[in-house]
Amino acid sequence: MKPGLIIGSFLSIIFIGLAFFSFIWIPYDIEALEISNKLKNPNLNHWLGTDHFGRDILSMIMMGARTSIAVALLAVGIGVVIGVPLGLFSAARRGSFIDEVIMRGNDLIFAFPSLVIAILITAVFGPSAVNAIVAIGIFNIPVFARLTRAAALPLWERDFILSARVCGKSEVRISIEHILPNITNLMIVQGTIQFSLGILAEASLSYIGLGAQPPTASWGRMLADAQTLVSIAPHVALVPGLAILLMVLGLNLMGDGLRDLFDPRIKGDRT
Amino acid sequence: MIFTYRNRHNIIDKAVLNICSSQETTIHIWCCFYRLNACAIGPVRFFKVIRYTLGRLLSLIISLVIASLVIFSVIEIIPGDPASFMLGINAREDTLAALRSEMGLDQPLVVRYFDWVIGLLQGDFGNSWTYKTPVSELISDRIWVSLPLAIYALILSTLIAFPAGILAASRRGGASDVTIMGATQMGVAIPNFWFAMIMVLIFAIHLRWFSAGGFPGWSNPLQGIKSLTLPAISLALPQAAILARIMRSSLLDMLSEDFIRTARAKGLTRGQALWRHAVRNALIPVLTIIGLQFSFLLAGGIIIEQIFFLPGLGRLIFQAISARDLIVVESVVMLLVFTVIIVNFAVDIAYAAVDPRLRIKA
Repeated sequence: MKPGLIIGSFLSIIFIGLAFFSFIWIPYDIEALEISNKLKNPNLNHWLGTDHFGRDILSMIMMGARTSIAVALLAVGIGVVIGVPLGLFSAARRGSFIDEVIMRGNDLIFAFPSLVIAILITAVFGPSAVNAIVAIGIFNIPVFARLTRAAALPLWERDFILSARVCGKSEVRISIEHILPNITNLMIVQGTIQFSLGILAEASLSYIGLGAQPPTASWGRMLADAQTLVSIAPHVALVPGLAILLMVLGLNLMGDGLRDLFDPRIKGDRT
Repeated sequence: MIFTYRNRHNIIDKAVLNICSSQETTIHIWCCFYRLNACAIGPVRFFKVIRYTLGRLLSLIISLVIASLVIFSVIEIIPGDPASFMLGINAREDTLAALRSEMGLDQPLVVRYFDWVIGLLQGDFGNSWTYKTPVSELISDRIWVSLPLAIYALILSTLIAFPAGILAASRRGGASDVTIMGATQMGVAIPNFWFAMIMVLIFAIHLRWFSAGGFPGWSNPLQGIKSLTLPAISLALPQAAILARIMRSSLLDMLSEDFIRTARAKGLTRGQALWRHAVRNALIPVLTIIGLQFSFLLAGGIIIEQIFFLPGLGRLIFQAISARDLIVVESVVMLLVFTVIIVNFAVDIAYAAVDPRLRIKA
């Protein structure tokens, strides 16, 4: 095992663990404002200090992890649930008109500046976590569709698929029973990467006020709130940023590590 | 037609598989897409280049039409009546109706769409509902902030990425390679708006080298450039990290090619072979990525402009959204999408022109 995979999994598990743990217990209630205790540096009572409302930053980070992970995970879900079937379908009907339309549609979505469209969507439908999920998820669809098609195409030429066809299985059944299990590894790796991109995207959207709305905690908005306070209390800005950085870094390292683990033929140091 | 497309997809798909699932996937897929768009033509004759160009032109036009339809329909379903928003809740019904007809809101959708598109084609973006000035004026004022910012960031990103990528590839596995790759991992993971805040904290608040935000205008070009420096750096960093990784992997691909061995056998030193042969060839895919990054930078500027209080397109779009000034939102988004699609098209064509395998043999 490479150190990258270990470090990456460790970081990811810490943050995912924090998010789950927040359902059971958080150090302080983040909806209880305690202005007299505002902008305290990290100390024994508040390990990561307090923000401009006197809220405990560690608790905010834990609740924010929940939001980030939920948004990014659901956005990946949209990409997988829509993209993978599209890709499987394209591969099953390779060369047909439908395949052409699906792939052209993919290229088209790729050509759009994702951030601008995400801003447009959240601006039009109102800022909310759900709209952020949709806005991020849409751009995951072509990634998964293209990858699925790419991975499925060579499988269709293999002998075991031929024997399945001889047995009289339909294209749909072959896709689900034989193609899908063979591309799962690839999807897990890609899912990890898209997950990390989703966390960055969620942070950007909620930073400009188009993500999850108060009182839901989110890392991006913590940073937005901290922007004017950065000179007085740097920790308010440093902590959420570091959380985003470490989580994304962890997921990226984990994705790279998993790819090497699943496919030893690809040398990890090449990309 | 279908046949060539299908072939191309298959080739692209193979390449996508080879490079899939790195954190630069999206960009990588693009890279391969472009690389193979070009390769798929194979040994070229003149008419094939023409057909390729026409094919790209056709898909450019289709992209633009669909983009305009999507943007128009998204804006149309925006909740709330802009007329009543502008006049307030106490407005009389006949005043509202008058304003609606003045803004053209009483026309059928299809008519409004074509009015809008025809206007766009003539450079007439309509009049802003809140500013009461032509949208084209609003845009042309602000584009002189957004565009220089994107170009500045692109230059910085290239200046950082090229040496880093080349150094890492030439010292593969060595200490500098490991350091640079570690740094790019960090660079890819850092949210650029947070990086911007940290830089403000260090360079504007503590060291007082730069101002924390605002833009003095271009009357003094040096001041203008200085005030765009921090935003450009924060915009460029993640892109530089991606570019350095691509530069490195592209160069490593080249270094394992036969022609490098030939060059070495001919008596060139490692460095000579690297600079004279490998780097030049490795630049081809990297250049296409640079073209694509320009659009990332232009769109990414929206957020960075917010942090540094720069009066660019990003600020304009946010103000327009909160004021329900739909025509401005529509036009700015369309302009950005248009620029991105055009740049992608130009990259496509440039790629065909640059790749030696596509040179036209007389």
